Amino acid sequence: MTAIRAEKITRRFGEFTAVDGVSFQVEAGEIFGFLGPNGSGKTVTIKMLCGILPLSGGDAWVDGIDVRADPDSVRSRIGYMSQKFSLYDDLTVLENLRFYGKVYGLGGAKLERKIEEIIEQNNIRPYVNRQAGKLSGGWKQRLALGCALLHEPHILFLDEPTAGIDPVARRQLWDLLFELSGRGITFFVTTHYMDEVERCSHLAYLYYGKLIADGTPAALRHLPDMTPPGTHRVEITTEDVTSALRTARTLPAVRSATIFGRSIHALIEDSVSGNELGEILRRKGYDVEDIRSLAPSLEDVFVELTDRRQKELETPA
Amino acid sequence: MNAFRGLRAMIYKEVLHAVRDRMALVFSFIVPLFQMIILGFAIDTNVRQVHTVVYDQSGRSQSAGAQDAGTSESRAFLDRFRNSDTFHIRKFVHSDEELNEELIAGRARVGIKIPVDFARDLVNGDSAQVLVLVDGSDSAVAGQALTVSSQIALDESLSRLLPEHAPAPIESRPKILFNPASRSPNFFLPGMLAVLLLFVTTMLTALSVVREKERGTLEQLLVTPVKPLALMLGKIAPYFALGVSELCALLVFMRFVFQVPIHGDALLLTLLSTCYLFVNLTLGILISTKANSHPEAMQLSMMIMLPSLFLSGYIFPRENMPLIFFLLSYVVPATYMVDISRGVILRGAGVTELWIDALVLASMGVCILLFAAKRFQKMIV
Ligand SMILES: Nc1ncnc2c1ncn2[C@@H]1O[C@H](COP(=O)(O)OP(=O)(O)OP(=O)(O)O)[C@@H](O)[C@H]1O
Ligand SMILES: [Mg+2]
Repeated sequence: MTAIRAEKITRRFGEFTAVDGVSFQVEAGEIFGFLGPNGSGKTVTIKMLCGILPLSGGDAWVDGIDVRADPDSVRSRIGYMSQKFSLYDDLTVLENLRFYGKVYGLGGAKLERKIEEIIEQNNIRPYVNRQAGKLSGGWKQRLALGCALLHEPHILFLDEPTAGIDPVARRQLWDLLFELSGRGITFFVTTHYMDEVERCSHLAYLYYGKLIADGTPAALRHLPDMTPPGTHRVEITTEDVTSALRTARTLPAVRSATIFGRSIHALIEDSVSGNELGEILRRKGYDVEDIRSLAPSLEDVFVELTDRRQKELETPA
Repeated sequence: MNAFRGLRAMIYKEVLHAVRDRMALVFSFIVPLFQMIILGFAIDTNVRQVHTVVYDQSGRSQSAGAQDAGTSESRAFLDRFRNSDTFHIRKFVHSDEELNEELIAGRARVGIKIPVDFARDLVNGDSAQVLVLVDGSDSAVAGQALTVSSQIALDESLSRLLPEHAPAPIESRPKILFNPASRSPNFFLPGMLAVLLLFVTTMLTALSVVREKERGTLEQLLVTPVKPLALMLGKIAPYFALGVSELCALLVFMRFVFQVPIHGDALLLTLLSTCYLFVNLTLGILISTKANSHPEAMQLSMMIMLPSLFLSGYIFPRENMPLIFFLLSYVVPATYMVDISRGVILRGAGVTELWIDALVLASMGVCILLFAAKRFQKMIV
C-alpha cells in the first residue's frame, strides 16, 4: 500500500522555487529518510504534505487522500513534529498531552488511557508534572513525539527529530521509531546524521528543490557510476590521518579522499591498487596499519551526487 | 458544530495559560484602572480660578505715585471678578512693566488694568475704560476669560444704569441637562471607558496569537484538525472574560471614586458593551493574521487604537469634524461605544435608543471574525 505519493509537487515563494517538480512514493510501514543540505526544501515539502502550505503545482496523496482536495482529513490521519520544539512551554507534560488529545477529539477515560500508554511508551513518567519548557532536549523530543502519537496517526512526519540531542537519547528515539514502524506506522524523517540515514529503509535526496536520488540504501550504494569506471575505493587506516590525507591528495592516481575517523576513504584509479597506494604512503614515512577495498558509503554517495549536480549547474546548458 | 471543532480543547489550554501567567493578567487588569484614576483627576475642562493680576491706577494722583491706589468704585468692580469662579486675583502690581512681566512669565493668565480716571468717569457718567489682557496660548482659558469678563462689565454697567432693585428687561435662564454641575468627569469618563477597554482586548488578543506564531506552536496547531473559527474563539474567550470584568471594575470606579451618577441601567450598559468587546477582540485576531512579531502586533494595534481616540467623539465632538473624518468615524467601533456609554450613563437611555449601536457593533464583529478566519486559513506560518 502506498502511504505517500507526490507527483511533481512544486512550491514557489515569489520568484524563488523552493521545491521544484518533486515526485516520490513512500510505501506503508517504511522509514523514509528525506535528506538534503540546509535550505534544500525538506521542511517546505513536509509542510505541503501536511496540508499547511498550499502546493503551487503538482499533486500529492497522503494515506490515500488528495492533499489539495481535503487537507482536513489528511490532518486527522497524520502526526507532525516540526523542526523547532513547538509545544507549550508553560504547560506541564501532562497538560500538553491532554490538550493535544482533546484537540483530536479524545476525551474522558479513553484520553486518560491513551495518555497513560504514551507516558509508558516514551518513559516520561518522572516528568509528567514538569513544565515542558523546563525539560532537557531529549525529553522535549519524547514529549513532542508522544503528542504526535496520541491520535494513533498512520503516518508521522518528523522534521529533524534528533537535532541537538545526545547520542543515547538519539538511539532511544530510533529504537522507538523501529518499534512503531513494526506496528505499521509510516515515518517520513529528515536528518543530517549519516548514521541515521543508514537506518532508513528508503531514502531520497533533495538538492536545492530538485530530487536527485531515490531508493533503498543498498540501491543507492550500488548506483551505477557511483564508483566511475576505471576507479575503485579503498580505506587506509593510519596514525597520522590528517597529514596522510594531504599527501594522498597530491598523488595523481587519487581522484578524491576524505577522512572517516582514523582512516582515509579514497577513490583511486585502477592503475594503482590499494596495496600500492599503501606502499607509496609508507615510503613517505606514514605508518599504514591497514588497507582494504571499500563499497561507497551513503555519505560518499551523497557527496558524489552533490558534486555532479553542482558541475551540471555550472556548465551552461 | 464541525466549524467549531477543537474549541473546548482551546479553552482548556487558554485557561491554563492564564492561570500560569497570573501576574500578567492582574497587571493588564490594573493598568486601565490606573489610567482612569490619572486621567479622571487630571482632566478638568472647566476653566476655574484663572490666575489674575491687577494694576489698579484708579484714583491715583498722577504726581504723588501713591502705592495704595484704588477707589471704592474700582474695588467694587474687582469684587465682581473675585466672586466669579473663573478668576482668582493673586497679585496687585504697580506698573505696566510689572503687569506685562507677570503675563509673559506665565504667572498670570489674565491682567486687569484699571486706569486713573476710572472712578471719575463713572461718577461723571462718562464711559469708563478697563483693559483686560488675556493670555491666548490656551484657547479654552482665553475664551472663558473673555466671556466672563465681558459679562462682568455688562452686569456692572446694567446695575449702574437701572434703578435700584429693578429687574433686568430680559433674563436668560440656561439649564444644562444631564450633567447639571458641568462636571468634567461626568462627561469624560463614560467616553473614556471605550478607550480604556481597547487595551485589554485588541492588543492582548493580537499578542496572544502572535506569541504562538513566534514559538511555532501555531504551526503545530494548524496541523491538527482544529478549525480556524474554534482556534480564534478559543483565543478570544479569556480576553472576553477579562474585558467584561474590566468594564465592571471601571464602572464601579467611575461611580464610587469619581461620583459619576449612572442614570440608566448599568446591567444594560454591560450587556451592550459586550458587543464592543467582541469587535475589539476580533480586530485583535485580524491583526494577528498580519503581524508576525510582537513589535509588529503592537504597532498595528496602535494604528487601530489611535483613530478610536480621535474619531470616536471621545475627545473632539464628531459634529465639528471635517466631513471625511466625520464619515470615517462611522467605521470606528469606539464611536458606537462612546454613544452607548454616554447614552446610558449621562442620558439614561435604554434599549430603544441604543439597540442600533449594539447591532452595528455585533455585525462588525461577525464580519471581521469571518474575514479573519478566511485569512487564517491562507496564513503561512
Ligand atoms: N514562508 C517562506 N517564504 C519564503 N521563503 C521560504 C519560506 N519558507 C521556506 N522558504 C525558503 O525555501 C527554502 C527551503 O527551505 P526549507 O526550510 O524547506 O529548507 P530545509 O531543507 O528544511 O533546510 P534545513 O535543513 O535548514 O531545515 C529556503 O531557501 C527558505 O528560505
Ligand atoms: Mg528544515
